[in-house]
Amino acid sequence: MESLSFIDLTLYNALALFVVGFIGGMVSGFIGSGGAFVMTPAMMTLGVPGIIAVASNICHKFPKSLVGAMKRHKYGQVDVKLGIIMGIFAEAGMLLGKHFMTDIKHLYGDAGSNLYVSVVFIVVLGIVGSFVLRDAYRMHKDEQAGDEVANQATRLAKWVQSLHIPGTMMYFPSLKARVSLLIIAPLGFATGMLAATIAVGGFIGVPAMIYILGAPALMASASELVIAFVMGLGGTILYALDGSVDIRLAMIILAGSLFGIQLGAIGTTYVKDFVVKLVMGLIMVIVLFSRFFYIPGYLNQLGMLEDLPETTVTTLKMFGDGTLVLALAVGGLTIVMALLKGMAEHRRNQLAITEHPLAQEN
Amino acid sequence: MRKSKLHQLMLTVAYGLVSVALYWLLLANSGQLVEFANRTHQGEKMLFLVPIVIAFIFSYVHGTFTGHFWESLGIKAAKGSETKKKGS
Repeated sequence: MESLSFIDLTLYNALALFVVGFIGGMVSGFIGSGGAFVMTPAMMTLGVPGIIAVASNICHKFPKSLVGAMKRHKYGQVDVKLGIIMGIFAEAGMLLGKHFMTDIKHLYGDAGSNLYVSVVFIVVLGIVGSFVLRDAYRMHKDEQAGDEVANQATRLAKWVQSLHIPGTMMYFPSLKARVSLLIIAPLGFATGMLAATIAVGGFIGVPAMIYILGAPALMASASELVIAFVMGLGGTILYALDGSVDIRLAMIILAGSLFGIQLGAIGTTYVKDFVVKLVMGLIMVIVLFSRFFYIPGYLNQLGMLEDLPETTVTTLKMFGDGTLVLALAVGGLTIVMALLKGMAEHRRNQLAITEHPLAQEN
Repeated sequence: MRKSKLHQLMLTVAYGLVSVALYWLLLANSGQLVEFANRTHQGEKMLFLVPIVIAFIFSYVHGTFTGHFWESLGIKAAKGSETKKKGS
C-alpha cells in the first residue's frame, strides 16, 4: 500500500493556519459553526492533499467544539440533550453524505462532485441564509423602534411543539417543550449530510433548531457545538483509521482556534439573539456568492462551457477563495465589534448601578 | 481583588508553559507522528488512537490556557452570565 503524502511544516504554513484557525474559531464560538469552510481550501492551497486536509480539518473541529461547548455551558446556553441526540443522527447523515459524495465522484469525477457541492451551497445558503438575514434585520428594526424583541417561536415551531406522537416524545430544556424524536431525527440527519458536503452542518442545524424547533438563537448556536463535537469525533475516528489525519496540522489550527472560540463564546454573553442571526446570515450569503466564481471552471471541466481560457478559470477561482476569506473576515469583524460595543455598554450599566444603587432597586 | 488577579495570572502562565511544552513535543516528534499515520494506513489500525488522544490532551491544556489568557487581559463574560444557568 502507498504511503500518504504529508507536507513539511514551515513557519509560514504554521502562521497561516494559526491565523485562519483563530478567526474560524471565533466565528464557531459565536454562531456554533461556520469556520470550517475556509480551513480545507486553505490547507490545500498550502499543498496538503485533499483527503488529508479534510481529515485534519475535522480532527481540529471536535476538540475545538468541546472547549466551546463547555465554555458556553457555563453561561447556561447549551442544551446538551438536544445536542447529543441531534449529533447522533447527524453522524448517520454524515456517513451517508460521505458515501453519496464518493458515488458522485466516481460517476462524474472531481468536477462533477465540485459542481454538486456548489449547487448545494447555492440552494441551501440562498434559501436559509437570506431567511436568517431577513429575520435578523426584522428583529433589529423592532428593537430600534422600541418594540419588545422576544424570542418568539415561529408558527412552524409552535405546530411542531404541539405534535404528540406517543412513544417518541422527549423534553428539551432549550425549547421548554416536549418534541417528537421523529422531528429531531431528520433535522440531525440533514445537518450531517450538509456537513459531509460543504463541511459546515451548522448552516442547517442552527436555523433548524431556531425556526423548526423553536430554540432561542443563542441556545441553538451553543447546542450546535455539541453536535459538531459528536460529528467531529466520529469523523475523526473514521479518517484516523485510514491514517489520513495530520495531527501536526490539526493541532496548529487548534492553537489558533481555541483562542478564537473563547473570544466568540465570551462575545455571546454581551449580545442579543439577532446579532447571532446577523453574523450567521452575513457569512452564509457571502459564502454563497463565492460559488459563482467557481462554477464556470467546473462547467468547463465537464465540457458544458467550452473555450474558457485557463487564466480566466484560475482568476475566477482566486476571486472565489478571496470571497471565502472575506466571509470569515466579515464574520470575525462583526463579532469583535459586537463584543467591544457590548463590553462598553455593560461597563456603563455596571457603573450606573454602583453610583446609583437605590435608583436601580426602585 | 489583587490576590485573585495574581492567582489568575499565575494560572495563565502555568497552563501557557505546559501548552508551549506540548507544542514543542509535537513539533519535535513530527517525523514520528507522520510515521504513525503511515503505519495506520498500512494496517496497524490501533495507532488510530494516537491523534485522538493527542487532540483531547491539547484541548484540555490549551483550552484552559486560552480561557485564562483572555480573562487575565480583562476580557471576560458579562457579569451574571455564569449564573444564567441556575436562573433558567
